[in-house]
Amino acid sequence: MVKLELKDLYDKFRDPATIKALAALIEKEAKRLSGPLNIMEVCGGHTHTIMKYGLKQLLPESIRFIHGPGCPVCIMPKERIDHAYILSQQENVILATLGDMIKVPGSRGSLQQARSQGADVRFVYSPLDVLKIALENPDKTVIFFAIGFETTTPMTAALLDQARKQGVKNLLFHVNHVTVPEVMKELIDSRDKHVDSYNNRIDAFIGPSHVSVIAGAKIYEPFPKKYDRSVVVSGFEPVDVMEGVLMLVKQFVEDRCDLQIQYKRSVTMEGNINAQQLIDRYFQKRELFKWRGLGNIPWSALMLRDEYAEMDAERVYADVLPIEEIEDHKLCICGDILRGMADPTECQVFGTACKPSSPMGSCMVSSEGACAAYYKYGGLM
Amino acid sequence: MCLSIPSKVVDIDRDEVTAIVDTMGVKRKVGIDFIADEVKKGDYVLIHIGYAMNVISEEDALDSIDTYREILELMEEEERKQTIMDGDRCDGR
Ligand code: SF4
Repeated sequence: MVKLELKDLYDKFRDPATIKALAALIEKEAKRLSGPLNIMEVCGGHTHTIMKYGLKQLLPESIRFIHGPGCPVCIMPKERIDHAYILSQQENVILATLGDMIKVPGSRGSLQQARSQGADVRFVYSPLDVLKIALENPDKTVIFFAIGFETTTPMTAALLDQARKQGVKNLLFHVNHVTVPEVMKELIDSRDKHVDSYNNRIDAFIGPSHVSVIAGAKIYEPFPKKYDRSVVVSGFEPVDVMEGVLMLVKQFVEDRCDLQIQYKRSVTMEGNINAQQLIDRYFQKRELFKWRGLGNIPWSALMLRDEYAEMDAERVYADVLPIEEIEDHKLCICGDILRGMADPTECQVFGTACKPSSPMGSCMVSSEGACAAYYKYGGLM
Repeated sequence: MCLSIPSKVVDIDRDEVTAIVDTMGVKRKVGIDFIADEVKKGDYVLIHIGYAMNVISEEDALDSIDTYREILELMEEEERKQTIMDGDRCDGR
């Protein structure tokens, strides 16, 4: 077998010539389309690739991207950020969380502000680091504020699993894991209801590969079958996204509606069974979860199983965590953006009052958010 | 997207269910809970937030590279040249 060079592997997937070649093929095929093709890229990572590499500009006008809600930070409602804030204020508590979460303002402030006021808030690269923090601080309660889609859920489950195996007693979880197919269904339904205000139907989806590395491509099976929507599971490199688009265009030209995998190099129909079993062992579906800008979506999130209630910060600290819903800033149209019904540039305060340095809404805070991507790559930097 | 950068497994701690991987020359410890029964030293894995998600097959990876090469080869000489020249202006990551 030929020796695999690391450089070879990823350089190819960003190769401008290959991207252009794919664009030319798409253009050729797209001439045979009977009308516009509206593709929703569910995941913020894809939005970023599209903006960064100017993929939109390389495609014919008939192919439109609708940016989806797949940024775990952007969809977190203020009341849950408040939970994190309040937990960080509890006596003897260390609050740990991933990435951009720390900057998002809730109604009381951001976790960053909580930290500057003396709370022990730690940003971690990986849930694996949380285990270390818990082991190093046996007399403190460490709370992991867990966020993310199917991609990060198994890591939270693995952390929980290791904590139990190693007899770690001072680690609690505030679980905010959400699931992709449920929100896709909600978007299809709500857009079908709003066709008057927004004509574009979502014709097809580009599904994020990392979700399916875990959950398998099988989670999208109902979409072509039941909802008449094509799905291609695609990787994050520009070449992957372009190839995904080409596969979708071909489906429409050939009058097919299928579930296909572009990212064959690591996505299978089945996904990672070990990870799925680990998730299943510790989590159960949550009846209702409020998504920022989208409202309550049934069965769209996970919570700890009742057997592990004593590790569930939401239950342990129930008496200090409010459950009232909080409205977003009036001018912020994050909700419409998350629904794929508006572009960031349609927001009155985009790039003026709202920038990454002074974000008014969640889509500007997270680097995966559509507003942040537009700001960064839309020539406003 | 960290997931797309392959890392090479250089050491495995079975008790801790972790491995040391090399990602473009950077060494770090990652969890291997999801692939513990199949991963071995020398494998290429994809990492997501500190955990190895799957072992990637060299064959598959090379296969897809070949696909892209073929796409390029399908183009007319002139078109290909133009594409490659235009492409030079793309900044890459
Ligand atoms: S630009 Fe800011 S205020 Fe406007 S929608 Fe985006 S995040 Fe909300």
